[in-house]
Amino acid sequence: MKAASATTEIKNLRDLVAFIQSELKPKGKIYTPFNVITLPIILLGFVLIVYRLVKGLGSVTNLSQEFPWGIWIGFDVMVGVAFAGGAYILTFVVYILRTEKYHPVVRATVLNGFLAYVFYAGAILLDLGRWWNIVNPIIGNKFGVNSVLFLVSWHFLLYMISLFIEFSPTIAEWLGFKRVRKILGSLTVGAVIFGIALSTLHQSGLGALFLMAKDKIHPLWYTQFIPVLFFTSSIFAGLSMVIFEGSISHKVFSHQIDDRHHESFRQIVIGLGKACAGALFVYFFMKVLIFIHDQHWALLATPMGYWYLVEVFGLVLLPCFLFLWGVRYENIGVIRVAAILSMLGIIINRLNISVIAYKWYVPWSQRYFPSWMEIVITMAIILTEVWVFRWIVNRMPVIQESPEWAREDHRVEEGVMTGKEVPQWKASAM
Amino acid sequence: MRRRPMGINRRNFLKVLGGGIVGGGIAGTALGNIFIPKRFKAEASVPPVEFVGILVDTTRCVGCRSCEEACAQANHLPVPDISDTSVFEKRRQTSVTQLTVVNRYQTSKGEVFVKTQCMHCNQPGCVAACLVKAMEKRKNGPVTWERNCMGCRYCMPSCPFEMPKFEYESSNPRIQKCSLCWERLKAGEVPACVEACPEKALTFGPRRKLIEEANSRIYNSPREYITHIYGEHEVGGTGYLYISKVPFDQIGFRTDLGTIPYPEYSKGFLYSVPLVLLLWPAFLIGVNTLTKPDEDKIRKGGARR
Repeated sequence: MKAASATTEIKNLRDLVAFIQSELKPKGKIYTPFNVITLPIILLGFVLIVYRLVKGLGSVTNLSQEFPWGIWIGFDVMVGVAFAGGAYILTFVVYILRTEKYHPVVRATVLNGFLAYVFYAGAILLDLGRWWNIVNPIIGNKFGVNSVLFLVSWHFLLYMISLFIEFSPTIAEWLGFKRVRKILGSLTVGAVIFGIALSTLHQSGLGALFLMAKDKIHPLWYTQFIPVLFFTSSIFAGLSMVIFEGSISHKVFSHQIDDRHHESFRQIVIGLGKACAGALFVYFFMKVLIFIHDQHWALLATPMGYWYLVEVFGLVLLPCFLFLWGVRYENIGVIRVAAILSMLGIIINRLNISVIAYKWYVPWSQRYFPSWMEIVITMAIILTEVWVFRWIVNRMPVIQESPEWAREDHRVEEGVMTGKEVPQWKASAM
Repeated sequence: MRRRPMGINRRNFLKVLGGGIVGGGIAGTALGNIFIPKRFKAEASVPPVEFVGILVDTTRCVGCRSCEEACAQANHLPVPDISDTSVFEKRRQTSVTQLTVVNRYQTSKGEVFVKTQCMHCNQPGCVAACLVKAMEKRKNGPVTWERNCMGCRYCMPSCPFEMPKFEYESSNPRIQKCSLCWERLKAGEVPACVEACPEKALTFGPRRKLIEEANSRIYNSPREYITHIYGEHEVGGTGYLYISKVPFDQIGFRTDLGTIPYPEYSKGFLYSVPLVLLLWPAFLIGVNTLTKPDEDKIRKGGARR
């Protein structure tokens, strides 16, 4: 139950290199079913990535002049970033509102968010036709300051840095760097505040990308409020992901957690479920308002209209009720089902706007369907992220407890007080 | 032992506050550069340059495709065989090798030929979309593409006419579209298609004069034309202007695009950005301060209970 770092102290560079070398070795069994299935996909994916970079986008993707954006944007980036939204919400709850209850899941969520940005936003690189120019908006080989994408690209970069700063105390604890840990820890709240502002803007900014596709997106999905809808939906998307990922992590990394934390995780899931239900209802309400305001009643009786109803009722309202049900009867199973449904709703919603309801008038024969290679590359990216996540969780105090020396500062610098602490502190002041 | 953490705590709070202010300052400066519109940036002394454009009189076009040939030659693209009339059997789109194409439409008043290409909007969606200004609206009107492009293809969904075309098959791909022969304009020549047109269906000139010319043609032969110049107001006005004897929806134009320039659609969002970046952190710092446990007060005021 202790982090590995607590065993030895690193005094110089040689120790550090030796420590990292020892940590790089795989821990646990190598030939697990998960590894055996995923490794070939990852390897194939990376071969295809090289092929794509050498041969151009057309060699791997089914993109066309009609459909310039496929699943690498519509799924990897749009959905990946929405699912990473848990990081900014939980850091808000824990570091700004200081709701200590959710502290145990904040590190895993921040790590998950950071990796999601690195991998899924990193997937943009593959989608860029002229990927070697990706630094241009950063170095100022012309600042396209009127562009929503300019804002999104800068925010991705800055937010990745914020998330890294938020996560960095964990790395310091892993390496046993007490002084560095203290300095990095003091940056957390600043990074959190900056990160929340960035998230608000780029979560909605991803939606704002489609504002100029007014004539191409089905009127049931196109609205000037797309940015607001994207932001609101990122709340329950992120929290559902925390429930989903947390539930899996708690099974897989069960040996790292003691019983007390198993029970607290139950309460966390119920609390998150409550928040999800609220966010889903707000989102549903906005959807209804926008629908009524736009007066698209006639469009409901078309195939796209039915599809819209499936999304709004089946994948927004239904999970909202399931969350409420699960919270009311403290049924974790139902909450998990609701989380999966609402995540599915996010996937469908983002794909609708970017691919399915995008140019819905184009006949089936000319529509975009992802090629098998696009799907394999997407899977390879997701699985690589899972591997990296697992590697880190097995080594750093993400789910397991921080080493003893770090725990004290931890509470103090974040100004967080648990029930036990209060009388002690007050007593000491007297 | 117990006192030390509290001191650190207050110092850290100040650090965080300082970090927030410095961070906010950096963001503010960057955003200042970003969100001050160009018109405020001291170019007022330069006399305004008029947009140029091309007027297409579809009643004069005979479908000879000389413009396609001249366009391909001017842009170093494969030159099409213009004697081949079978191409008219299907409606064609421009492509990475054909920056302009002529289509034939059967209308209520017989056959009509229409040339299509980039419309060179007054306020182009593609230019507003581009995050590296690879798409640029030149001072005198042409919308051009340059090689600092990232290939993100955001210009493509943002164009109401879907004119930017991307070279998917290349490992060093370009966005291809009509540039109103920007290179030729700089050399004082007229666009290649205008020069090549044997029927004078294409007229090159300042946009303002083209609208006058179009109006006078419509006024002088009201039976020949419908009273609508496509591109005068569509999406805020375009450099290419069309006049026709049949309603424009019969000859392949989208008539549902409205008159609002496309960049306007994302303007509201962009205007909210500096507000959020200023107010949100201030609010969050406030909440963070308010929820702070009161050990500071305890220390200052001694025992409270």
